[in-house]
Amino acid sequence: MSGPNTDYDPVEVTPLQPEEVEAARDAALAAIAAAGDLAELKQARLEHAGDRSPLALANREIGALPPQARKEAGQRIGQARGAVSQALAARQAELEAEHEERMLVDETVDVTLPTDRVPTGARHPLTTGAELIADIFVAMGWEVAEGPVIEAEWLNFDALNLGPDHPARTMQDTFWTDPADHGVVLRTHTSPVQARTMLSRTPPIYVVCPGRVFRTDEYDATHSPVFHQVEGLAIDEGITMAHLKGTLDHFAAAMFGEGISTRFRPSYFPFTEPSAEVDLVCFVCRGTGELDGASCRTCRGEGWIEWGGCGVVNPRVLTACGVDAQRYTGFAFGMGIDRTLMFRHGIEDLRELFEGDVRFTTAFGTEL
Amino acid sequence: MKTPVSWIREYVDLPDGVTTEDLTRRLTALGLKLEAIESTGADITGPLVIGRVLTMQPEPQKNGKTINWCTVDVGAANGTGEPQGIVCGAHNFAPGDLVVVVLPGGVLPGGFEISARKTYGHVSAGMICSARELGLGEDHDGIIVLPADAGEPGADAFDVLGLGEEVIEFEINPDRAYALSVRGVAREAALAYGAPYRDPAARSVPAPNGEGYPVVIDDPAGCPVFVARTVSGFDPAAPTPDWMARRLQQAGMRPISLAVDVTNYVMLETGRPIHGYDGDKLQGPIRVRRARAGERLTTLDGVDRSLSAGPAGDLVVTDDSGIIGLGGVMGGETTELSESTTTIVVEAAHWDAVAMFRTGKRHKISSEAGKRNERGADPAITPAAADRVVELLTTHGGGTAEPGVTVVGTAPARPTITIGYDLPALITGMAIDAATTVANLEAVGCVLVKADTTLTATPPPWRPDLNDPFDLVEEVARIVGYDQVPSVLPREAAGRGLTREQRLRRRVGRTLAGAGCVEVISFPFVGDAAFEALGLAADDPRRRTVRLANPLSSEEPSYTTTLLPGLLRAAARNLGRGASGVSLFETGTVAFPVDRGPAPIYGVDWRPTADEVAKLFEALPDQPLHLAVVLAGERERAGWWGPGRESGWSDAIALVRRLGAELGVGVDVAAATRTPWHPGRCAQLGVGGEVLGHAGELHPKVCQAFGLPQRSAALEIDLDTLMRQAREVTPGPDFSTYPLAKEDVALVVDRSVTAAEVGAALREGAGDLLESIRLFDVYTGEQVGTGRKSLAFALRFRAPDRTLTEEETAAARDAAVALAAERTGAVQRS
Repeated sequence: MSGPNTDYDPVEVTPLQPEEVEAARDAALAAIAAAGDLAELKQARLEHAGDRSPLALANREIGALPPQARKEAGQRIGQARGAVSQALAARQAELEAEHEERMLVDETVDVTLPTDRVPTGARHPLTTGAELIADIFVAMGWEVAEGPVIEAEWLNFDALNLGPDHPARTMQDTFWTDPADHGVVLRTHTSPVQARTMLSRTPPIYVVCPGRVFRTDEYDATHSPVFHQVEGLAIDEGITMAHLKGTLDHFAAAMFGEGISTRFRPSYFPFTEPSAEVDLVCFVCRGTGELDGASCRTCRGEGWIEWGGCGVVNPRVLTACGVDAQRYTGFAFGMGIDRTLMFRHGIEDLRELFEGDVRFTTAFGTEL
Repeated sequence: MKTPVSWIREYVDLPDGVTTEDLTRRLTALGLKLEAIESTGADITGPLVIGRVLTMQPEPQKNGKTINWCTVDVGAANGTGEPQGIVCGAHNFAPGDLVVVVLPGGVLPGGFEISARKTYGHVSAGMICSARELGLGEDHDGIIVLPADAGEPGADAFDVLGLGEEVIEFEINPDRAYALSVRGVAREAALAYGAPYRDPAARSVPAPNGEGYPVVIDDPAGCPVFVARTVSGFDPAAPTPDWMARRLQQAGMRPISLAVDVTNYVMLETGRPIHGYDGDKLQGPIRVRRARAGERLTTLDGVDRSLSAGPAGDLVVTDDSGIIGLGGVMGGETTELSESTTTIVVEAAHWDAVAMFRTGKRHKISSEAGKRNERGADPAITPAAADRVVELLTTHGGGTAEPGVTVVGTAPARPTITIGYDLPALITGMAIDAATTVANLEAVGCVLVKADTTLTATPPPWRPDLNDPFDLVEEVARIVGYDQVPSVLPREAAGRGLTREQRLRRRVGRTLAGAGCVEVISFPFVGDAAFEALGLAADDPRRRTVRLANPLSSEEPSYTTTLLPGLLRAAARNLGRGASGVSLFETGTVAFPVDRGPAPIYGVDWRPTADEVAKLFEALPDQPLHLAVVLAGERERAGWWGPGRESGWSDAIALVRRLGAELGVGVDVAAATRTPWHPGRCAQLGVGGEVLGHAGELHPKVCQAFGLPQRSAALEIDLDTLMRQAREVTPGPDFSTYPLAKEDVALVVDRSVTAAEVGAALREGAGDLLESIRLFDVYTGEQVGTGRKSLAFALRFRAPDRTLTEEETAAARDAAVALAAERTGAVQRS
């Protein structure tokens, strides 16, 4: 830096002296550094970079210099003001960050506070369970068929090869609507939906029928006058018992896990011939009958759980429902949804399903 | 059916080493399902030995009882060989008798441990046992006195008493009536092992002659065969042999007297129900006919019964005195076998199964004989069964078989069934060849006529269940084994997924659960008590119910017309168990009678016509699907966020609106009065001009009747109606991106004017530029005057094609207010 130009211009401008400019700049930088918060910084900005700050005032004096001195003085002031302005911006950013950080800390809440302002709702496991079953079959290309709970006697019994004097009618203790000779019952199974389906559609038919059914059973831990069934019906050319087995094995695995299959035992149902009981590999002990060295409680040590009934659709049923029994064969199966859920979830008392205690239902959440 | 294993083994030679578990597993696989294996005395631990009473000293006691102080020779079983001193309270024995003694250390059923203990002034070292104490029956009148040849003192008593013998209980399906006999069970056991079988009913019987008791059959369809044999000189005091009594007990029947026990024994053995008449009380020939109008009979259970007449009426057995029995179901009192009977006329008759079923059902008689007759017994073995009865009666009762043998009628012919050899394979999907088909059908007793591609089977007489081709398929398949059925997935048709209604129903449930409601499934039965509690008027349509002819409870004799009672009770139950608030919902069918006459019963040999099917459907009650919600107590909880909130009328209405929004249906809300709601806080809900249902606060009396807090709210709607109105296809919405213009207006109206009315007028008046309208405040107070209220609405305007000018917006707002003023008398608040 050159010395003062005293031989060119007699006017000496003190604020433009390098020492003065440096002092003003240093004072400004010190004030900026010393600013502890945004308010102090604002004050420092006002004092050291504002219109009335020494550097601003000095800047105004440049015009008073002789032309050849202006450049140097202008550079000097400009550099000083630039340093101050940079320091201000840096400090501003610093303090803003600090402020924000402090503010966020101050706004800390207890995130573990409860948020259960509106209590949780839930759908009933019988509903979601029936939907789960329906979804398994829909995924196989089946459809879900439904029908009324108060049903014509002919559809509930006769059409299914349960004639008026069929001994099997006594197996199902029926609720009759009054008068009892008007041929209207509370359906004892969902099979009339199968009959309705056959009456209204032409094969191929692949339907699953979940629904509420009624029998005059006393209400206890394992019996209920109102319960739920799911039945399936497949009618097509060339349908055999093997297809029934394949379908039920698939259903069992989808419902209870891979490796859970079924076995058939000969049985009797008027609507199927041959007929079979379906047992399920116990999914708790996986068929061993033992759990932790003790007899499995779920299957009572048998390794199998009774699941439902099934068989090849009796050609008499096909005929009554208008299906060509020469061309088509079919299979049907049925099981209790309540019972299926009871052993799937280890529910000991059937009545828990119908009491409406929200603690029972909400426990299932969206599990199914 | 309970069958001792030893009895089964009498008729079939099972291979060596076959255990009861093996046997039951194989029989279950054939269709005779194992119910339980019982073993009498399994819970008895010895020493249980034969003892000989040496001395007995009666000793009267202060309590009035007399006990016997006995010494009993138990051989070396007590370790000393010395007589055992035992106190016994029974008196039905004498010194020298062989008895059953449990020695100290033994355990009797019920965990009753025996020890030497001081009683009645003696140390009683053991106990002389009664049948009941050993779990062998109910007989506790005295101790068991064994036959003199039962064994030596000190010998183990288990075998002598038949203890430890296994009895299998089977669950017999209704089609397998033949398995309601040891004959049938043993036949299946032989089938299971391919073992030799001896038919207990295969015996040579004396030829029929004209000397037997006279029998006339007036109804051969009802009673195709009637065999009568006579035993005279029978000793009515003769005891039933122990082995027979034990087997009857093991089979679950109570020994009564030799004559009755023999008939029951032969029924168990052959499956053929037998009836015995006191021959000295019979008057003239036995006749079988249908009952006539007005006839009555007192059956041997002491019940006086009015009989059903006509061609489908009760089959009765008569003699000259009148009716003496309900054929095949139960005998009458007048000719009952008694302790003075010395002449027994044995009836082995075959009865029409349907007639048996009807009579049993009509008179609510469930007997062992009836059970077999209505499922179908073997008609061909009536002579053999009668002969077996005569044999046992004369062997153990000392009488004489009269030479007369009456056989009236013949066993009905069996149908023939023709099938292709490949039918079992085609139906089951198993690899079953022609040879297997033939072998298995012959194994179950079918007689076959074999053609090239088909065979014709005549089923055996004990299999009335075999009538159709598929019946034969099942017989072949079960012997091959159901475990051989392959597992193959069918080739499914292309499904269309869930129906729209099924999807909507799921959506409704999820919406309500999402709104904090918990689903309930309750029983749909209802009675007057619930209707009273709801406050339904006598002529309320909901009191017109579908009634049940046989309700479980006379208190709830109807199928419900409303879901509310079940939900209200469930709500009260939850609150009673400590919940501070509940929101419950249920979707379920309700029923309304239609009175369109009975539902016809058609034949089953062909499909009913479309008209006939329609008639079936018409006869059924209307069964709409309802949805109901009950909200009681706390709806929002109190917490750090502030106070909680009790359920109220608006929560119920809000839920319906939310459902409407979920299903894309606009729900109309109008004030209404309807039980069981609060008359001033009830909304009628509508969609597309149809009434959907009602929602609001429950009447205070209803809350009280169900034990719910005041201001509890409820809704009940017809879900079918709501779902019917749901949009099938939603058109893509058009919306403008030009700027929004906002105008708020406050209108003062009379208190009786509803927000919906004012809002509708504003909407209509504002015209097409109105994008939305929302009520944001309601004010009542001095500033608006008594009986008035101020409703503040936010109006939002937007044009599809331009930015609205202030003038346009103001004009639309003014038009809206003007129409509201005209329609509802609204005055704009300044």
